[in-house]
Amino acid sequence: MFVTLLTQAIRFSAVFLYGSTGETIIEKSGHLNLGIPGIMCFGAVGGCLGANMAYNAGMGNFLTIIFAIIFAMLFGGAMGLLYGWFTISLRCNQNVTGLTITTFGAGVFGFWVTSMGEKGIKFYKASRAFTASMFGAVGDDWFSTIFLSHGTLVYLAIVIAIIVAIVLKKTRTGLSLTAVGENPAAADAAGIKVIKYKYVACVLGAAIAGIGGAFYLLDCTRGSLEPGVIEGMGWLAVALVIFSLWRPGIGIFGSFIFGLLYILPNYINGVGFAEKEILKIIPYAVTALVLIVISFFNKRETQPPAALGLSYFREDR
Amino acid sequence: MKAIELVGITKTFGSIHANQDVNLDVEQGEILSLLGENGSGKTTLMNMLAGIYFPDAGHIFVDGKEVVIKSPIDAFKHKIGMVHQHFKLVDLFTAADNIILGEKMPKFSIKEKAGDYKMQAANEISALGDNLDEKAKKKAISKINNNKNLKICALPFVKFGKMVAFNHLSRGRAKKIQAIADQYGFDIDLKKKVYEMSVSEKQTVEIIKVLYRGADYLILDEPTAVLTPQEIEKLFAVMRKMRENGKSIIIITHKLNEVMEISDRVAVLRKGKFIGAVKTSETSEKELTEMMVGEKVDLNIERKEPLGNNPRLVVEGLTVKNKDGGHAVEDVTFTVNGGEILGIAGISGNGQKELLEGIAGLQPVESGTIIFHNPKENKPVTFFHNDLKQIKHKAEMGMFHYPDGTKVDLKGKSNKEITRLVNEEQILYYENEIIDLNKKTPREIQELGIKLSFVPEDRLNMGLVGNMSIIDNMMLRSYRKGKSIFVNRKRPKALADKIIEDLGVVTPSDMTPVRRLSGGNVQKVLVGREISSSPKVLMSAYPVRGLDVNSSYLIYNLLNEQKERNTAVVFVGEDLDVLLALSDRILVLCGGKVSAIVDARKATKEQLGLLMTKMPEEVERYDYAPLNLEEKEEAGELVEQQVQETTPEQSNEVAEVADVAEVAKEENTND
Repeated sequence: MFVTLLTQAIRFSAVFLYGSTGETIIEKSGHLNLGIPGIMCFGAVGGCLGANMAYNAGMGNFLTIIFAIIFAMLFGGAMGLLYGWFTISLRCNQNVTGLTITTFGAGVFGFWVTSMGEKGIKFYKASRAFTASMFGAVGDDWFSTIFLSHGTLVYLAIVIAIIVAIVLKKTRTGLSLTAVGENPAAADAAGIKVIKYKYVACVLGAAIAGIGGAFYLLDCTRGSLEPGVIEGMGWLAVALVIFSLWRPGIGIFGSFIFGLLYILPNYINGVGFAEKEILKIIPYAVTALVLIVISFFNKRETQPPAALGLSYFREDR
Repeated sequence: MKAIELVGITKTFGSIHANQDVNLDVEQGEILSLLGENGSGKTTLMNMLAGIYFPDAGHIFVDGKEVVIKSPIDAFKHKIGMVHQHFKLVDLFTAADNIILGEKMPKFSIKEKAGDYKMQAANEISALGDNLDEKAKKKAISKINNNKNLKICALPFVKFGKMVAFNHLSRGRAKKIQAIADQYGFDIDLKKKVYEMSVSEKQTVEIIKVLYRGADYLILDEPTAVLTPQEIEKLFAVMRKMRENGKSIIIITHKLNEVMEISDRVAVLRKGKFIGAVKTSETSEKELTEMMVGEKVDLNIERKEPLGNNPRLVVEGLTVKNKDGGHAVEDVTFTVNGGEILGIAGISGNGQKELLEGIAGLQPVESGTIIFHNPKENKPVTFFHNDLKQIKHKAEMGMFHYPDGTKVDLKGKSNKEITRLVNEEQILYYENEIIDLNKKTPREIQELGIKLSFVPEDRLNMGLVGNMSIIDNMMLRSYRKGKSIFVNRKRPKALADKIIEDLGVVTPSDMTPVRRLSGGNVQKVLVGREISSSPKVLMSAYPVRGLDVNSSYLIYNLLNEQKERNTAVVFVGEDLDVLLALSDRILVLCGGKVSAIVDARKATKEQLGLLMTKMPEEVERYDYAPLNLEEKEEAGELVEQQVQETTPEQSNEVAEVADVAEVAKEENTND
């Protein structure tokens, strides 16, 4: 059972990792996108549509996955673009815009799930491409089960997180993006195209978060549709950004902890359903604890981007 | 040859002309000082060169060619670099990261490179000459062609490789920066994070950044404002070195001695207009001051004589820290009397804001005392003292009344008669209540019954709530009154309507959010509210900033009205003409210190201009001669005696007051 617990934890962690990696990119550009839960819902819709389309056209597993990813990114990215237009060009309040998108996304998702149910469209078959192990048939020893038995998207999440971590830490692109989020006026004076960076970050981050939503429906639930869960996981992804101190590298481990805590109640015997529900607050409590700890140390490197939540206009006086 | 030429530059912000038809030029390899008062548009002008602002009209020429500078990227392209007054650095990054930030990759065009290779091939083929036989020649040609074609095919990969290599933050990048630092003799640790740096280190990073980006024309915006004299010397040495290397430098500064020391030429701006440019060697500090402040303008502001010296607010040795840990206000001592307007002059950012906020309890005070003398009009205190001189002095200050409230005039009365009047309690003495405002919050100050009003510089952020209506803004000062849990809008509405009518506020209704009003009307609402509480001390920071002429005069009249009501008015202004015409005395701040307190009726603009830019060796402190008394020095003694020789009754009184204050405080904490 312990092996199953860890396997499931890693599997669920990918949802959080996609969401938090995307949100990290957005927050690094100085935008607090609380629309991530809604964006993940949209990604889920897009991913399922893409996967179903490819499966019905008789494409193989590989193409099905590619199509699902592309559609999830398109749907998520479109919402990111909308968010960017509101907060970057129109300079609306970021929190309000984000919450609007979350409400919108969750609503659309609920509608879509119900209408799919009415039409009797199922995604079980398409989801087989995702649940199949990436490395083909592997042994059933504990190592293979925990680390090698997952679908492609689990590994993709980790790869994306590592790439983002390297880009942020080791490249000029990352340096510029961080500068935009820390001090847009300084970045602008240094010749960085601030608005462009913000847009790209918002769209790309939302696209990555969108894959997370698709992954949840196509892999974690094996194609069965249930409204409401993705939104809750989206909030955890936002919390994970804080937990990981805006570093996708830490986010990989953080997402595993979140995944473990998220499914842990299901594996504890002798506890009632109500108690299981209350155990689900642990990830949030841990995030609050992290916030307390970083405020104790008060180190500049662990603080959120300095210009987070502020709009930028060059000729402001 | 002219390095940079600005022709007819105009920039407006709303209705305010920041720059109006400015012409300016910089020669190759010279240091040009840009001199001007606050708000004369120096920084705005330079920001247009640096691409932060875009001019509304006018032309910019660099090296004789007209250019359009739309963004900082364009400025870099034309080799213009600016060191901003408020450094544009990312605190979280190291010096090296800040310097390379935003650097563009060197140009690499596949097309051009391919063309080069083809040319090379053609040259090599023609170099083969005729002495080879056909077959060998063909072979050689095809070999060369294949070789070059291969290279051309590889170009996209080469470009990609270069991009990756450029994008990678390698450790080697520090070498190039260090070379520049060494060339100009900068001492810098490139691995240090900016937030750990001192101000002068930050400035060094900014200058190296500009040089690293290849700037030939440097703009330094008030670089010396934050430096110590030794650091300034170092900076000047670097600037001279840059000039030797053929770079042109524009330095914005207020300090005349530095202008004389460093620059080759001086250009002067006043109120957004270009006044003129002179060679430093052919001018003097006096001439520059005259150019800077301009002719005296008669404003026709009515000014009555002050009501005498009864101190209301006594500030002693006040020191307030600024954000960086330096001293924004240092050891400031002054007295404001009831019935006078004390002007505060100084170049902006020399401690005016911190001084007023420190007094109002909005900023923590490092050290010093702030004493408020509250005239307690309804609490007579019997005066037993027989010191005639003091009695006379206090009578002059309006502290003696007949029991029916009329003021006592002791002129023409013999000493004996005065003694009799005092001892028989036929005239009454009103002792001022003394309250130390130091380390009190604005709310505590209000609850102590101190009528101190503050019209802050930032009206819509500190004075009023932009999204709230005029009525609700009136309530900000009174919402705590009354016992009901629901607010009562009746009185605030009456007050709002009164202010709208009396001050002629142009507004659709009293429910309009303040944010929607124009600057002048916002100010009227704010000043109206502050005055309505009949303050004893009224402090106003730049009350006419951004206002049109009529609104400005209305504000002047309001201040004058308060003065006549025996209020102590503190007026921080930037227009020297207004300060000279409106105030009774002017306190000049220079670098957070008092450089002089002068008589506004006798002072000149040039004098103020010099005092604002240069700390004098001896600080003049003008105060009114205590009326009718012979010597100024005696006034000092008198005040001392006054404090020492309090009668038992009086000290009881003081104790009582202290009790009341304590009770008020306790109640506060209980809340």
